[in-house]
Order: sequence, then structure tokens, then C-alpha cells
Amino acid sequence: MKLNGAQILVNSLKSEGVSHVFGYPGGAVLHIYDALNACEDIKHILVRHEQGATHGADGYARASGKCGVTLVTSGPGITNAVTGIATAHMDSIPMVIISGQVPSPLIGMDAFQEVDAVGITRSCVKHNFLIRDISEIAITIKKAFHIATTGRPGPVLIDIPKDITIAKMEVEEYPKTIEMRSYKSTIKASDHQIKKAAEMLANSKRPILYAGGGCIIGNSSKELREFTHMTGFPITQTLMGLGAYPMTDNQSLGMLGMHGTYEANMAMHGSDCVVAIGSRFDDRITGNLEKFCPTAKFIHIDIDPSQISKNVIADIPIVGQTKQVLQALIDQMKDKKLADISNWWSQIEEWRKVDSLAYKKSPGVIKPQTVIETLYEVTKGKAIVTSDVGQHQMWAAQYYLFDEPRQWINSGGLGTMGFGLPAAMGAKLAMPDRDVACVTGDGSIQMMLQELSTMLQYSTPVKIINLNNGYLGMVRQWQEFFYEKRYAMSYMEALPDFVKLAESYGHMGIRVEKEEDLKPALIEAFNQKEHTVFLDIVTDPSENVFPMIPAGGGHSDMLLAGRDEMVSKDETDFNAV
Amino acid sequence: MRHIISVILENEAGALSRVAGLFSARGFNIESLTVAATTDSTLSRMTIVSVGDDGIIEQIVKQLDKLIDVVKVVDLTATEHIERELLLAKISITSDTQVDVEAKLDQFNAKIIDAAEEVYIVELAGKSQKIKDFLSAFNAEQIIEVSRTGVTGVTGVCHKI
Ligand SMILES: Cc1cc2nc3c(=O)[nH]c(=O)nc-3n(C[C@H](O)[C@H](O)[C@H](O)COP(=O)(O)OP(=O)(O)OC[C@H]3O[C@@H](n4cnc5c(N)ncnc54)[C@H](O)[C@@H]3O)c2cc1C
Ligand SMILES: Cc1ncc(C[n+]2csc(CCOP(=O)(O)OP(=O)(O)O)c2C)c(N)n1
Repeated sequence: MKLNGAQILVNSLKSEGVSHVFGYPGGAVLHIYDALNACEDIKHILVRHEQGATHGADGYARASGKCGVTLVTSGPGITNAVTGIATAHMDSIPMVIISGQVPSPLIGMDAFQEVDAVGITRSCVKHNFLIRDISEIAITIKKAFHIATTGRPGPVLIDIPKDITIAKMEVEEYPKTIEMRSYKSTIKASDHQIKKAAEMLANSKRPILYAGGGCIIGNSSKELREFTHMTGFPITQTLMGLGAYPMTDNQSLGMLGMHGTYEANMAMHGSDCVVAIGSRFDDRITGNLEKFCPTAKFIHIDIDPSQISKNVIADIPIVGQTKQVLQALIDQMKDKKLADISNWWSQIEEWRKVDSLAYKKSPGVIKPQTVIETLYEVTKGKAIVTSDVGQHQMWAAQYYLFDEPRQWINSGGLGTMGFGLPAAMGAKLAMPDRDVACVTGDGSIQMMLQELSTMLQYSTPVKIINLNNGYLGMVRQWQEFFYEKRYAMSYMEALPDFVKLAESYGHMGIRVEKEEDLKPALIEAFNQKEHTVFLDIVTDPSENVFPMIPAGGGHSDMLLAGRDEMVSKDETDFNAV
Repeated sequence: MRHIISVILENEAGALSRVAGLFSARGFNIESLTVAATTDSTLSRMTIVSVGDDGIIEQIVKQLDKLIDVVKVVDLTATEHIERELLLAKISITSDTQVDVEAKLDQFNAKIIDAAEEVYIVELAGKSQKIKDFLSAFNAEQIIEVSRTGVTGVTGVCHKI
């Protein structure tokens, strides 16, 4: 039987088990749309902007662990998608993006809606392909899914010229497996390195586990929990790792880094052995590298060798999957006698008493932290929470205690405002039975508002928690601290009436101005199982995110709420331990 | 330090720009780059000369290895190896200088591959330093035009990439 390129492409997606495609049509992909229309197994989500398609597929991927799929047209279609592709790339999210291209003979002729998609996306994808012949379609899709989902995951783009989607060929069976001599996704960690690591850990007097996104991407929460309980070590998590280990557990010190807790940062600073587990020593974690973990040895577990010794030299590098390496460490350390770390824990408990997330309520204004705490209470800590970028993102990370992996979905690496709403839509499509909340700000939400329309079309009831402070709060905070309160362009003078706006899109809107209305409004919103509800919550415009490590600072240099002076602890404090 | 990195990669459109793009995106420097197909026509071999401290070179090697099209990466400088570069140069001659020029060509083992009344085209293969030394043996006015290929290299007789 002969099929055209578009049909082969759609059948290939079907063979890959794709259930949802987030996309937007245009000239170069019309044949593909025609084929997709005839396919009942794949649900197409018609977004309102291609960036929304990539974030939607991204949210779907993060919530489900599956590969997200996006389909866009040539030219402006793919350029609009670039921000979402880069967002997924920075956070190692598996995604396949199919972009239409002008017909092969027109490539390079400055044809209508032609852009060099492969060139434009090269630096923000794991890999990309330009298909040159109809016979390459199936094998390229096989390769794309394989590359996107294995090793360190990431987005893979397939650019396909229009003429190839209408050409015909005799169908072949979809390849079951794929071998690529230049790409090996299975890496077995070295036993020798694992033994060395186990030895170092058993002797450590001030150990700390520093778990990152790799624990979630690598589905290794179970092993991480077992390892942490078995060793009794304290554990801190990056913004991307939250939920890999339950934040309500006593061994959890919360998030570390620029806006991390006092105890997490001080424990990093004082540790003699830091175990990085699927985390990449990002500059928001390390701050000033010269002041970073002055007394620690580093064990670094990562699937990507290029992450190891990039920012911080590893004493014991272990290249491998978090799941396998943690299991091997558990096996190695089961019967080992560990050094006594009770003094270390006493020191950590002292740091905990600082209560660095405490904040003062003031009458008449709603504190943003209170909103997140109430959200936690109303959803019993069980919701999937997506966020945009800014202060609200940090408060959500600090005050919603995530106990499960894939519960917290945010753009950490690229920090893309506009991510939250389409990602929430994607997460709801992946997990229709879960409550999904999007924590956002008055700035961020306006970057992807149009997706409210998509959310009506596909009935994806999400609760939007808009922390409306009238400012680009995170920018305002930096200007307050570092630019002598010169608030250049961080105030939003003309905000829409978000309630009416939500209503005009066919959703519900509730404005909350008083703290006593907060909890009832949240309860009401989550009771509306069938509806997207936009909660426009007026919050304290002057509130700042604490703790904060200012630029150039180390982990022991933290600004804490309500204290004018920077708390700077020097090393003598913990060397006594 | 100067490193010579040998890369075996899929002989596919776009592979070269992936490598070049990686160097520019990460601020690594390229001193020279040569590329051609190998005996297996589906593979190319690229030789890159770059300068950087050990940490940077380690990152370059790892980042190259991470490219999906790359099959193998070897830092030749880390092992026994042979490196060569080819120079083509147009050198002006006059009746006064001809003898002297020919003596220098002999000294460096350079070959005249074409000649006219006032000009020789010469070819010289050797390590980059030898080529530099050769060029500096002449006055600036004597050298009309120079084209260098950049370094290519192989591991020594005891190794196989
Ligand atoms: C406004 C703002 C403020 C921020 N403040 C903070 C802050 O205070 N604290 C903070 O932590 N972050 C903060 N971030 C986020 C920060 O920018 C980084 O995104 C984040 O720290 C990176 O997390 P990670 O190290 O866990 O790495 P990820 O980006 O999650 O990378 C995962 C790592 O794991 C590896 N990996 C993937 N899969 C596997 C596997 N199966 N096995 C082994 N390894 C694997 C990958 O190779 C990679 O190295 C902030 C971001 C924004 C936008
Ligand atoms: C697309 C994009 N543009 C600019 C920025 C820089 N930026 C980071 S946070 C921020 C302010 C966010 O304001 P808002 O969404 O209102 O959240 P708030 O900080 O007030 O909670 C800006 C402009 C960004 N991260 N993303």
C-alpha cells in the first residue's frame, strides 16, 4: 500500500504511542494536518500561539514523564516556538518538535515563510534533523524519540519540507529498535567509583545530599528516599529537584541556593562531603564559586559527563543514571558502619531554629507567602503546581511543601515568563484526575494569556493563582536592593480587570482583596471541578523574597527577612562539629 | 595550552556547523580546523586546534562527544601523535635573490610546484612551527601570498583512534 509522507509521519507518531500533539497549522504543514485529522488515536490541541504549544507539550512531559510533541508550521510558526524549545532544553525535558518547511526546491531561495529552522534551533535542541527524502521519515522519527527520551533528555526538532509530506511511497514496517553508532544512551556507572564514594560517605562527619532535577527526570525518587533514610543524611533539593524527596520529612532541609533556606545553605557551606545527585552546580546554587563549600569533597552523579567538573571539580565523578547509581550505593552501604553524625545534626537543628522562612503579617494586606500556605492547606499538599517566573515562583517553591516528584513544574534554567499557564494546561491533559494550580504574577500571566481560550476549548480546568502585586516583583526587589530603589520600568500601571478577562474567555474569575476571603475563595475555586478559575489575589506590593544570597556572596552570606544586616557566619561555627 | 583534537563524525550536512556553532556558543577558540571524508565515506574526520587550560579543553572534548553526530573524539596532544600542516606560498624572486631563496627552500625541504619569471609557488608540509620558521626566513616583500591548511594529525604508530 502506498501512503504519502504526511500519513507515514502520523502513523509513526502513532507507533511511538503519542496521545497528544500540541500544535498550530499553516501552509507548510497542511498535508500533515490532513493526515492527523484522519487519525483517531492522537488528540490534537489547537493552541493560540506556538510558544503555548511548546510549553503545553513541556508541561505534559514534566507531569507524565512521557515525551511531549509539538507541530508547527514554517517561518513564524517555528520562530514562535523557539522560546519553548529553549525552555525545555535548559531543563532537560523530552520533546519532539515537528516543523513544516518550504518545499525542497525552494529551500535557500528566501521563499515565503522560509527560515532556517535547523540553524535557528541548533543551540537549543539536543539534536535536529532536516528530512530530505520521504524514505527518511519513519527512521528519523524513531531516532528523534530515542534521542529525546534517553540519556540526558531534551528537545529534538524534525524539519520537514512540504513536498515530502505529499510524495508517496510503499509503506514499510515502523522500525522496532534503533542503533546509532554515534549515540550511546546506556552508560553503566563504574563499580570502582561507587565503592570509592561509599567509602568516603561512610567516613564523612558532615555529609549532605544535594539532589536535583536528574532525580525526577531519572524517576529515582524511590531509590533516593531509601538511600536517604538508610544513611540518615540531611538532604537539600534544587528548584528542579523539589519533590524528589518529601519536603515534609525531617531529613529534608528544603531548597538551597540563592533563595534557599538558611539551614540548607549553611549545611552546604559547612559540609565535608557534598553528594550531587542529578544536579549541575548552577550559578544560582553556587553563588561565588570561590566561597562555595570551602571544606567539602564532592561526589558528583550525572548522566552527562560534560556536567561533571564543569563548575566545580568533582573528587569522585560518577557517570550514570541516578536510579542505578543510587541503588548501587544502597547495596554498597547497607552493611557499612557509618561515622557518627549526631553532632552535625545538632548543628543543623541550630540553624533550623533561625526559621528563615518566617515572615511578618501586616494588617490589611495579604502576604504572598500566606497565599501559598493556604493553597497548600486547601489542596492538602496534593496538587500539581506549575509556576511562572518571578517572586511568586520562589514563594511557591518555598512554601508549598512538595512530597512527590512531578508535582512541581517550573522553568528553572531559562526562567521563562509565560511558561506557567500553558504548562498547567499540558499537565492537566496528562493528569486529568489531579488538581492543577498555576501560581503566577501579574507580569508573567500576560505573556501567555491567549491560552485561556485553548483551555476552554479542551476543558482543562486549572486554578490560576495570580499573586497580583502590581509590579514585576522580582525586578522591583533587585532594584530596591541594588539600585537604590530606582524602580525603572518595574511598575505595571495599566493592569486589566482579570476577573472580567477570565469571564470573557468563558472561565470564572474571583478577586480577593482581604485575607479573610482568601481561604473561602480557594475552596470555592477547587470545588469548581469543571471550570478554570482565575483567582486574582491582591498581595503586598512591597514584599521581598528571603532568604537571599546577593551576587558575589557565598552560602554563608544571606539576607534574611526582617533583619537589616546580612547574616554572615564564618567557618569557625561548624568546624567545631 | 595548545591542543589538537581529532573528531570522527557522521559525514552529514550540518555536522560541520554543529561543531563550529558549539565553539562560538561556548566561547571556545578555534585556531584551525580541517575536515574531509575518511576511507569510510559516511564518516568525516575533523582536526581542530584550540588553545585553553585543562578545564576548558576537557569541556571542549566532552561537549564535542555529546554532539549526536560525533562518533569519537581524541585529544591527540594527550598521546603520542604526528601533526602536519601544508603551506602553499607565492614567493617573489629577482635575479639577486634567486640563489638565496633556493637555498632556503632546500634548507626547509620545500618544493617548487610552479614557477614563472618572477615568482615561485612552493609547497611545504611540516609542523606549524616549521611553517612559521619558514615564513619568517623571508622578508615581507618576498611573500606575495600564503595559504595554510591548518593542522591535521594522527595518533602515533602504536595507537589507533
Ligand atoms: C528567578 C529564579 C530563581 C532561582 N533561584 C534558585 C534557587 O534559589 N535555588 C535553586 O536551586 N535554583 C534556583 N533557580 C533555578 C536554577 O536557575 C537552575 O535551573 C537549577 O538550580 C538547576 O537545577 P539542577 O541542578 O537540579 O539541574 P537540572 O537543570 O534539573 O539538570 C538536571 C541534571 O541532572 C542530569 N540528569 C538528567 N537526567 C539524569 C539521570 N537520569 N541520571 C543522572 N543524571 C541525570 C542532567 O544531565 C543535569 O545535569 C532559580 C531560577 C529562577 C528563574
Ligand atoms: C520572558 C521573560 N522576560 C523577562 C524576564 C525577566 N524577569 C524575571 S522575573 C520578572 C518579573 C516577573 O513579574 P511577575 O510575573 O509579576 O511576578 P512577581 O515577580 O511580581 O511575582 C522579569 C521581568 C523573564 N524571566 N522572562
